[in-house]
Parts: sequence; C-alpha cells; structure tokens
Amino acid sequence: MLNKNIYLILIISCVFGISFWIGFNVNLLPAEASINAPIYDELFKILFVIGLIIFIGMTLAVIYSLFKFKRRKDEIGDGIALEGNLSLEIIWTLIPSIIVLIIGIYSYNIYDRMGGMKELNHSHEMMSSNNEKIWAGISQSSNNDIANNNLSVEVSAMQFAFLFNYPKGEFISGELHVPVNNKVSMRMESKDVIHAFWVPEFRIKQDIIPGQPTILNFTPTKIGKYPIICAELCGPYHGGMRASIIVEDESDYKDWFNKNKKTEVDL
Amino acid sequence: MTISIDRQKDNHQRLQPNGWLRYFSFSLDHKVIGIQYMVCGFLFYLIGGTLASAIRIELASPMSDFLPRDVYNQFLTLHGTIMIFLWIVPVVNGAFGNYLIPFYVGARDMAFPRLNAVAFWLIPPSGLMLIASYFVEGAAQSGWTAYPPLSITTPQSGQIIWIISVLLLGGSSIFGGINFIATIIKLRRPGLKLMQLPMYCWAMLGTSLLVVLSTPVLAGTLILLSFDIVAHTGFFNPVLGGNVVVYQHLFWFYSHPAVYIMVLPAFGLVSEILPVHSRKPLFGYTTMVYSIMGIVVLGLVVWAHHMFTSGTPPWMRLFFTIATSFIAVPTGIKFFNWVATLWGGKISINSAMLFSCGFIINFVFGGITGVALAQVPFDIHVHDTYFVVAHFHYIVYGGTVFIIFSSIYHWFPKVTGKMLGEKLGIIHFAITFIGFNLCFAPQHWLGLNGMPRRVAEYDPQFQFVNQISSIGALLMAISTIPFLVNIFLSVRNGKDSGDNPWNALTPEWLTSSPPPVENWEGDAPLVVEPYGYGDSFSQKNKKI
Ligand code: HEM
Ligand SMILES: [Cu+2]
Ligand SMILES: [Cu+2]
Repeated sequence: MLNKNIYLILIISCVFGISFWIGFNVNLLPAEASINAPIYDELFKILFVIGLIIFIGMTLAVIYSLFKFKRRKDEIGDGIALEGNLSLEIIWTLIPSIIVLIIGIYSYNIYDRMGGMKELNHSHEMMSSNNEKIWAGISQSSNNDIANNNLSVEVSAMQFAFLFNYPKGEFISGELHVPVNNKVSMRMESKDVIHAFWVPEFRIKQDIIPGQPTILNFTPTKIGKYPIICAELCGPYHGGMRASIIVEDESDYKDWFNKNKKTEVDL
Repeated sequence: MTISIDRQKDNHQRLQPNGWLRYFSFSLDHKVIGIQYMVCGFLFYLIGGTLASAIRIELASPMSDFLPRDVYNQFLTLHGTIMIFLWIVPVVNGAFGNYLIPFYVGARDMAFPRLNAVAFWLIPPSGLMLIASYFVEGAAQSGWTAYPPLSITTPQSGQIIWIISVLLLGGSSIFGGINFIATIIKLRRPGLKLMQLPMYCWAMLGTSLLVVLSTPVLAGTLILLSFDIVAHTGFFNPVLGGNVVVYQHLFWFYSHPAVYIMVLPAFGLVSEILPVHSRKPLFGYTTMVYSIMGIVVLGLVVWAHHMFTSGTPPWMRLFFTIATSFIAVPTGIKFFNWVATLWGGKISINSAMLFSCGFIINFVFGGITGVALAQVPFDIHVHDTYFVVAHFHYIVYGGTVFIIFSSIYHWFPKVTGKMLGEKLGIIHFAITFIGFNLCFAPQHWLGLNGMPRRVAEYDPQFQFVNQISSIGALLMAISTIPFLVNIFLSVRNGKDSGDNPWNALTPEWLTSSPPPVENWEGDAPLVVEPYGYGDSFSQKNKKI
C-alpha cells in the first residue's frame, strides 16, 4: 500500500515537472512587441501549464486503465460492482471549481492590466465634444509610465484594405506608422462589412464594425515592421487583406509625419 | 399498455414496403427512421469531407491557387453547414436517438411516429437544395455563421437558399426534440422511473430542451436576415440603421447551445458504451444526471464568448468569461466519472472501446483550449484564428465523430445481427486518431502565430505546418476506406453476432438482433439497473 502511494506521488510530480518544463521552455508565441504582449504571455504560460497537467494526467489515467484492467483472453466475469463514490465525486467537483475560479480571477487581473476594464476615452481633439456611444476595445491606462504621449489615428476598413487617417496632419496613409513607446489610440469604423484589426505581435484584436465605431488602444514597445491582419471573413480577398504597422523611433516617426502632413503643424 | 402485437404487425405490413425498400419509404418505425438518419447523415459526411479535402489542398500552398477565391468561401461555408446540420446533429440526435430511446423507455415506438418521419424527410431535400445552390449562382459564401452585412452583400440566391435550408433543418431538429421529450417523459414503461433510465435518455432530454429553447431563436433571426436580403429591410443592415452586433447575439444564442446539441448526445452514448465493455457500472449515475442538467442551464448563458472582439461592454465580457469557465466543472465531472468507470474493470479492447477512449483524450484537449478561449484577454489574440478552428475540431471531430464511430461499432450487431471486423476496426481507429491529431494539433500553433481562419492564402512561413495539417487530413480521408470496407464485408457475409454479443444489460439488447418490428415479442422488460455489471450484481437485474 505504501509502495503504491509512493508511485502515485512520483508520477504526479513527474506530470507537474514535465508540464512546468514544457510550459516555460516551449515558446509557441510570436515576438512580443507591445506592452500587452508580455502580460498576455504570462497568462498563456499559466494556462498552458495547468492545461498540460490536466491533459497529461487524464491521458495517462486512460492509457493506464487500458493496460492495467485489460481483460485477458480466457477471463470471464465482471469488474468490481462500484457504482460511485460520493466523496471522490465531491472532490472532483470542488477542485475544478476552485481551479476555474482562480483562473477567472487571474485572467480578470490580466485583463485589467491590459486596460480592458478602464474607461474608454479616445483623446481626440476633433471629437472631444461628441458624446457618441463607443464600444469597447482595449484601453491602456493613460497614466502608464512609458505611455506618455498620445497618438490618435482614425482607421477605416473596407473590402479589402485599411486606411489610416492622421487627423493632426490631415493626411491618409495605407501604412500605420507609430512612434515606439507611445500610446496609440485608434477609432475604427468600417465602410462596408465587418473586418478586424489584428497584430499578432501585439496580442490585440478588435472588430471593425460598420455603423458602430470601436476603439483600440495600444503601446508598441519594439521597433520593427509588423503585419496588420484582417481576422474577420469579409469576402473573397479576405486572406489578402493586410497592412503593415511600422514602429519606429521618435525622430524617424517625426520625419515621416512631416513629409506627409498637409497642414502646418509641428510635432 | 396492452397493444395487441398481432394487430401491430398487420398494420406495419399494410403500411410499409418490406425489405430494403422500407428505408426509402415514409416509414413510421423508429428503427427504420434511425437508420435513415444514419445513412443519410453519412452520405452528407462524405460530401462535407470532400469539401474539407478541397480546402486542405488549397491550404497546402500559401497562394490561392487551387480554387477560385469565391469558390473557396463557398466550400468552407458548405463544409461547416453540412457537417453541423446534416451530419453531426441528425446523427447523434436523430439516428441514435430514434433507434435507442424507445428501447430505453420500454416503448414500441416514438410518441409521434408521423412527426418523426416528417422530421427525417425534411433533411434530404434541404441538404440537396443546399448543395444545388452551388450550381445556381454559387452557394452562400459568408461562413456557417452568415454574419451580416457580408451575408447581405454577397450573391443573394446562394444565401437565401442557405437560409431556407437551415430553417428546414432547424424545423426538423425541433420536431425531433419535441418527440424525444414526449417519449422520454410520457412513454416510459409502467414501473420505470426517470432515475433508472440509461444515461443516453438524460442526455437526449437535456439536448432536446436546448433544441426546443434555442432553435426558434435561430429561425427568427434567419427570417429577419432573409427580409434584409430580399425585402431590403434594415434589421441588420447598417446602411439602413440596422445593428450587426444584434445578429451575432441572436445567432450565438442558438449556436452556442448548438455545440452542446452536438456533444451532449455523444456524452450519453459514451456512457452506454464504456460500462458494457469494461464490465462495470457507470460511475456516479446521479452526478452524471446533474452535470448534464448543469451543462444545459449554463449552456444557455455563455453565448457572447464568441463575441469578445465584437465590441461588447467590459462587464459583459467578464460575465461571459466566468459563466463559460464554469461549464468546465460539470463537463469535468463527466470525464472523471468515465475514467473511474474504466478503473478496476475488465476492459475489452475493441474498436468501440478504442474510439471511446480516443474521444476522452481528444475532448479533454479541446475542453482545455475551450477554457483558455473563455478568458477574454486570451481570446482577444486568438479569436477568429486557426486556434479556434483547432479547438472546435478537437471537440466536434475528436469528440463527437469519434463517438459516432464508437457507437457504430457498438450497435452494428444490434441493427444487423452481424459483427463488424475487429482488425479493420482497429486499423480504422489508428489511422483516424493519428490523422486527426496530425491535422488539428498544428493548427493551434498557426493561430497563435498569426494565421487567421477562413483564408485561402497565408504567409509563406506557415507553409510547412499547413502541409503537415493537410497530410493529417489526407489520412483522415483514407481512414474512411477501412471503415467502408468493414461495413461492406460484414453486411455481405459477416459473422453472426447472436442477440447480445456484448452481454449488455440495457433494454435494447434484451430482444433479438435485429429486433422485431414491435421491438419485443411480448411485453417490454423492466430494466431498473441498466448498468448492473459487476460480480455482486448478477441476480439484481430482474426481467419482468
Ligand atoms: C469545456 C467547454 C468549452 C469551452 C469553455 C468552450 C469555449 C469556447 C470559446 C470561448 C469559443 C470562442 C472562441 C472564439 O471564437 O474566439 C469557442 C468556439 C467554439 N466552440 Fe467551444 N468551448 C467548449 C466546448 C465546446 C463544445 C462541447 C463544442 C461542440 C461540440 C464546441 C464547439 C465550438 C465551436 C464550433 C466554436 C467555434 C464557432 C465558430 O466561430 O465558428 N466547444 N468555444
Ligand atoms: Cu477580412
Ligand atoms: Cu460557445
């Protein structure tokens, strides 16, 4: 009996060990390029580890039963007449409930850190007096240390392109240029069907809906060029509906802006 | 309950053709209808599978080079619609439900045999109509979700035919649901209590409640959508002041319960199969019943987890995260109970058992990714990507389709009196299991790393992983060959199974195989311990 328990403990610790090792060493995610991304990846790792423990545990239990309790050729008769075990059943109701509860609270915390529970405000001069109802996206807290400056962009999507309007410079661009470590606040609206704005490296996505503006805020942290991908089926060329976001340092961004601006503003 | 058997025989002989012709007739016999559902569903499965193969061929290369782009979208729409509405739902509900439920409650037929036949006969024409729409102006191309405004602006004939077809299939499903509820509640043999019913009855009761509560909402939604398309009303058309997000709420109010309509019956079926082949009672009958009902109730209040990026207010995102995560609890209970059913048994490792165990493993995986997807911050990155495609195929294929095959191996002797070949069955299982995992496991990675779903083209760096997935799909296609050969050989000259080859105790086995038209010669047996396996039980199960 004692022997059995030792084996059990050994196996359970192996499952935990393997799961933690895989969870923290196997990277399944693309590069991290916004302040959302490391927060997301933390959540991912935790869920991955918990998931692996449960999956490996259940799979082992099934495979073990198939070998251990296999009926031998000449064997007759039945298994044990065990119809249930209330305390076991209570245990495996309570433990998953607790796990799920903890995951829920934790992911609420993650979501809050991503800015999901913050009041949305699209700080935009031209529409500050406008009280239109705007639906959520992710809003980064504006008191964030890194994100001091605010860049406002108006995104419009249509079959099969994104257009980025920089109201300050009164110009429209097909590429989204943003300065690194600045909070970007986008107001998005679709001209025809539903599209979505997805940047995998930023771990953010928001649908772009006709007749219903949505807001998405983010803060890029890594210089580079990343794909903007439409994630909502929008017609035959949906798979080709791409744009690029170019995260550059402050001065490059200023150069680009000044080259394109239509009005005399200075950055 | 004193129906004269001889008169019934007469009736049947007068009303229905004999032999194989009765499968093409408006038969009122629940067993014939069950087989009609099964065969019809399987034919549509082959069509849906062909479409899937075309999709995977297209995706073997990054460019859109195999199918024209609009045809690709039509194929993926047809694939989803056919697999859901013409294969999974009719088979796990209609086929097994019709065949088994009357046996389980000790009745000679369903409560409303004519309604039952109507429900089946709605399916072939709507299915054919749906497929025919491809040859008119092209089929619908807005996905099985048919989100407006895309569904309003794509070619109209295809979308309208899609709507009519789904409405008819929904009608069929509602008729079936009403029939199951009535049969289980009202047609039970005297002396048989609800808590003595085999678990599949409970699963079908829960499923049918979901069908009856939620399918009408889908019907209403699609009718409004069709008005928007043909009469230019503005319910969901933003140009006319409509609201596209409302459509999504209404659609998912049906379609999340629909995923349980696809999987609860499979939960029921596996609860029948495992005890028989491991010679042990079903572990925790009562908690199983409660967890089914828990899933039914929770399943009705989680729909917006499909809309986390649609622009829903934060409190709503939070509520649906928590409600969805909690579904994992009753679902988990069922899985622990199944493993506990295996534990300490005398397990026969045969095709039915292997497919059932494959189901447990695959579904656990899909359930875990499901709980992850339920977390808003997690979902925001992977929503509408291949991660979601992988999640629901783990559930729908790795779960439900595995159970359909398991059930076919288990009940084939009941229906035909012949055994299916074990060697071919095990080959079938091995190829399916490997092919399935090869096809869908890599798709998680694709989604996480930037491949959206429903695309005909993708970035070249995803090519290798997509090709692995396509090879998996090829294996899945190949795996149907040993299965079909097995069926063919067995029907031609299979080994006689006898009446009860598994020594099972549930009532459908306590009669001849195949059963007589009136199900039992004489009165229906009273089975109060459908899972009375185990050595100390042998005398408990009295037949009256
Ligand atoms: C453990 C329980 C489950 C949880 C927590 C869960 C959670 C989810 C979530 C959150 C999504 C939305 C993902 C997204 O679009 O971003 C989803 C999608 C989906 N799930 Fe599940 N799920 C579970 C079980 C099931 C079951 C049992 C089925 C079907 C038999 C199923 C079928 C689907 C389907 C078909 C979709 C995709 C629908 C679409 O967008 O086309 N899931 N699931
Ligand atoms: Cu798109
Ligand atoms: Cu759902």
